[in-house]
Amino acid sequence: MDAIKFIENDLSPISELPSFKTGDTITVYYKIKEGNKERTQHFQGVVLQRRNSGANETFTIRKMSGGIGVERIFPLASPFIEKIEVNKHGDVRRARIFYLRERTGKSARIKEKKFIKK
Amino acid sequence: MPGLIGKKIGMTSVYSAEGKNVPCTVIEAGPCVVTQVKKVDTDGYEAVQLSYGEKREKNTPKALQGHFKKAKTTPKRKVVEFQFDEEKNLGDVVTSELFEEGEFVDVVGTSKGKGFQGVVKRHGFAGVGDATHGQHNRLRAPGSLGAGSTPSKVMKGMKMAGRMGGDRVTQQNLEVVKVYSEKNLIVVKGSIPGAKGSFVLIQK
Repeated sequence: MDAIKFIENDLSPISELPSFKTGDTITVYYKIKEGNKERTQHFQGVVLQRRNSGANETFTIRKMSGGIGVERIFPLASPFIEKIEVNKHGDVRRARIFYLRERTGKSARIKEKKFIKK
Repeated sequence: MPGLIGKKIGMTSVYSAEGKNVPCTVIEAGPCVVTQVKKVDTDGYEAVQLSYGEKREKNTPKALQGHFKKAKTTPKRKVVEFQFDEEKNLGDVVTSELFEEGEFVDVVGTSKGKGFQGVVKRHGFAGVGDATHGQHNRLRAPGSLGAGSTPSKVMKGMKMAGRMGGDRVTQQNLEVVKVYSEKNLIVVKGSIPGAKGSFVLIQK
């Protein structure tokens, strides 16, 4: 197991990203390639889950776009992620908040965490 | 073929220069000790016997203890013959430096045992086509075993249900992504047969 960690640190290091949890609202700035041009796009939404570990870790973000729910999965170690901004720390009780998918309007709000342990 | 004995450590993924996610397997390759050199005059053929994996002396038969003592090494778990182009001497240590980044290797291992499996999983049969239209209990059935009165027997080697896995499997042409000679680790592209911790042979 340690050998795997060593290789992941060496070959696909996870760049400096702020710590974020399920329920947080974050903005992901990611590079996209068009032909040979590269530009940055961003995606803002609520983190539904973080899954797997090490080089395989991914996170799912959900946002409402014109009344339609849109979800995107990003690999944490992806070289295309430029930066991540944490906009809001959410107060949720579980690690995977899929119940959010069935909710709209007022009930889809997430309580904000007032005190964040550093 | 020159090669090494190793142990499967596990899988991970690595991002290539273009940002593509490449699934990779980590193998602990060697260090292997030369415990016997076979020559045409004495053994009838050329080979280099490599040994790998520590083993307690208490669990080693006396005959093997003597064999390892000749090469001035501790008892080893796995003993395999390889053919090397260059001359090897008794007691030499072969390490993962044998491999270079970018070259292609074959990995031989014992596949994971799957137990008693039906023909759909074991031989890739398609089963009976329909799940509906009156069909009720033949979905994953093997179908016909052959013609009737002639030959009035089932042909030898007919594919049927049975034990699956636990076979010697060779995965060919795996690219060596990285070699860590100081840690005896190599990273190859793609998957290799067997469970984590199982012995594998890595051949050039």
